[in-house]
Amino acid sequence: MSPTTYLEAIRQGIWEEMERDERVFILGEDVGIYGGAFKVTEGMLERFGAHRVIDTPISESAIVGAAIGAAYMGLRPIAEMQFIDFISCAFDQITNFAAKSRYRWGAGVPMVIRGPSGGGVHGGPFHSQNPEMYFVHTPGLKVVAPSTAYDAKGLIKAAIRDEDPVIYLEHKFLYRRVKEELPQDDYTVPIGKAVIRRPGRDLVVLTYGAMVYIAMEAASELVKEGIDLEVIDLRSLLPLDKETILESVRRNNKVFVLHEDTRTGGIAGEIAAVICEEAFEYLDGPVLRVTALDTPVPYSPPLEEFFLPKVPDVLKTARMLASY
Amino acid sequence: MRQHDKDLHPSAKVPSVREEKLTEGRESVGVALQSALVHSIGAEPLRRMLYYMMLTRELENRIERKLYRQGKIVGGVYVGRGQEAISVGSCTLTRPQDVVCPSHRDMAAFLIRGMTPPRILAQYMGRRDGYTRGRDGNMHMGDLKLHVISFVSMLADNVPVAAGVGLAFKMRKEDRVVLCYFGDGATSRGDWHEGLNFASVEKLPVVYICNNNQFAYSTPVQLQMAVENVADRAPAYGMLGEIVDGNDVLAVYDATRRAIERARAGLGPTLLECKTFRMTGHSAHDDASYVSREVFEEWERKDPISRYQRVLLQEEIISQEKIDAMQRQVIEEIDQAVDWAESSPYPEPEDCLRGVYYEDDE
Ligand SMILES: Cc1ncc(C[n+]2csc(CCOP(=O)(O)OP(=O)(O)O)c2C)c(N)n1
Repeated sequence: MSPTTYLEAIRQGIWEEMERDERVFILGEDVGIYGGAFKVTEGMLERFGAHRVIDTPISESAIVGAAIGAAYMGLRPIAEMQFIDFISCAFDQITNFAAKSRYRWGAGVPMVIRGPSGGGVHGGPFHSQNPEMYFVHTPGLKVVAPSTAYDAKGLIKAAIRDEDPVIYLEHKFLYRRVKEELPQDDYTVPIGKAVIRRPGRDLVVLTYGAMVYIAMEAASELVKEGIDLEVIDLRSLLPLDKETILESVRRNNKVFVLHEDTRTGGIAGEIAAVICEEAFEYLDGPVLRVTALDTPVPYSPPLEEFFLPKVPDVLKTARMLASY
Repeated sequence: MRQHDKDLHPSAKVPSVREEKLTEGRESVGVALQSALVHSIGAEPLRRMLYYMMLTRELENRIERKLYRQGKIVGGVYVGRGQEAISVGSCTLTRPQDVVCPSHRDMAAFLIRGMTPPRILAQYMGRRDGYTRGRDGNMHMGDLKLHVISFVSMLADNVPVAAGVGLAFKMRKEDRVVLCYFGDGATSRGDWHEGLNFASVEKLPVVYICNNNQFAYSTPVQLQMAVENVADRAPAYGMLGEIVDGNDVLAVYDATRRAIERARAGLGPTLLECKTFRMTGHSAHDDASYVSREVFEEWERKDPISRYQRVLLQEEIISQEKIDAMQRQVIEEIDQAVDWAESSPYPEPEDCLRGVYYEDDE
């Protein structure tokens, strides 16, 4: 069997769920005839028909609103944002209608909103964003961000089967760059569970999405200097797997957070607070962060390069922390 | 006062002369009107319109067919090939103090307002001398001094913004108008509807110009809207809507002139729907395999530039030699612009941090 790309893993996950459960359907711009801007839904129109693979007008608010209505009626919609940046156009439906529904009147909204996020491809300010924290700040939603093909497939399946609205962030930089052999059998990856990508003994970095690879690369550099970096892939941002985070902090005593999202209001701040509240006495140094800069995502290569967190940034922070 | 039904939306009833010409491709129809227009516009502006159409075509050809393929463009490329008549025929009518809000297939609007090919190319190449200094790319550019408002990717976001520009004119009683451009797909966004409604309620001096090129990415217009024409939506907002042959620069000019007159007279916004066709894929990476060759061939015959050249030759406004010279001039101008853009440096990495907020030395 040949390895499966991250993109193909998402496609397989959706495909298998649509085979398994006829309530599952997908709607979004250019998802049918064209198979999606990145070809995530390629072949689905032919296989499942236009009633389950719906090419919509350019109406993100209507896409999400309609998904909510269909979910109330017992269906399992998957709403695609052509680029996750355009999720801003559906903000109200997501944060007010969907997120608060179960709490207010007991009506759950089982649906998935998914789309390509992230930078590193010179997409500029409107095709590179990482909008997770708008939604992590909204009780009632779940937010996941897979970094591997295995997780991409397992998490999309878990998201589709979940009883609550899930924002599923795909990293477009990873679409065709990462691949691995996947199990033949049906499997899911539980939402709310982090995973240790690389066990270590000296310090731990908490990260997710494309930054997992930056962390791994940094770890293999640091080992040469005798620093053993543990790498934890959060996978879910809401709910956050506090148990895994705190267990690692208690073991490693030094921790920093790495994310591609901008610094102020990024999840690193939230995680730092959780650690201070619940494991302060285990810390041998400050909780540090390596993040993108507090600017829009710039377009020109040297600017974007400067903006995004890189391996040397991680090395610097790790060395500083190790020296405590 | 409510307009007569037919006035409110002439297109819904009988096809206009020029509309018939569009579908039949018979240029003899409407010749009298054409001559009248040609004479009222005058030779110099007519030639200038041709120049901008040719410059736009060649500049975008250079970007899409050469520089992009050479890997010199950063990011995606969207061109308006076959749609040049729309931004040329309309933007030509703006006065220096008027404002334009172009979208992604309106290169001519930038050029006519005075944004220059060298800096535009530097923009596409992510260079320091691009209009956004490398912070944004391609046609995401503007220049407030030239009264060009930069748009964002989120389609139709510029529609309520244009209303706000018009609101400022109205509040200050200024004799200025704003032209706002978008595609057929953008009209599905809620912001589009909110913007049009507000502009009409306030009777703002806005001309909304839709290029209906019949596709939004791969989505044909029938999957975008259940009405036949974008202009059909205007009456719902108490606004005048008009269908225009978007491949006839004179028709666009004529309709825009009337819309601007209405705007200046305080009669409120107009929605012009310019019917055209996107003669490319959605962007440079899309081969448009979902569009049949016949459709492309059919629209090739309606090419707005060769069509306009025929009119100008026929009306003896310009000679073939002059057209050829104009073409050479355009190519030369673009060659120089490319050289200039390529010699512009990339921005300094640290420049990333500047300009998020107001800085004293701006
Ligand atoms: C709110 C929003 N959703 C999706 C997109 C992605 N997108 C970019 S252009 C485009 C099609 C636009 O169609 P139309 O408005 O008809 O303009 P055209 O490209 O045909 O000129 C889409 C879907 C976007 N830019 N903004």
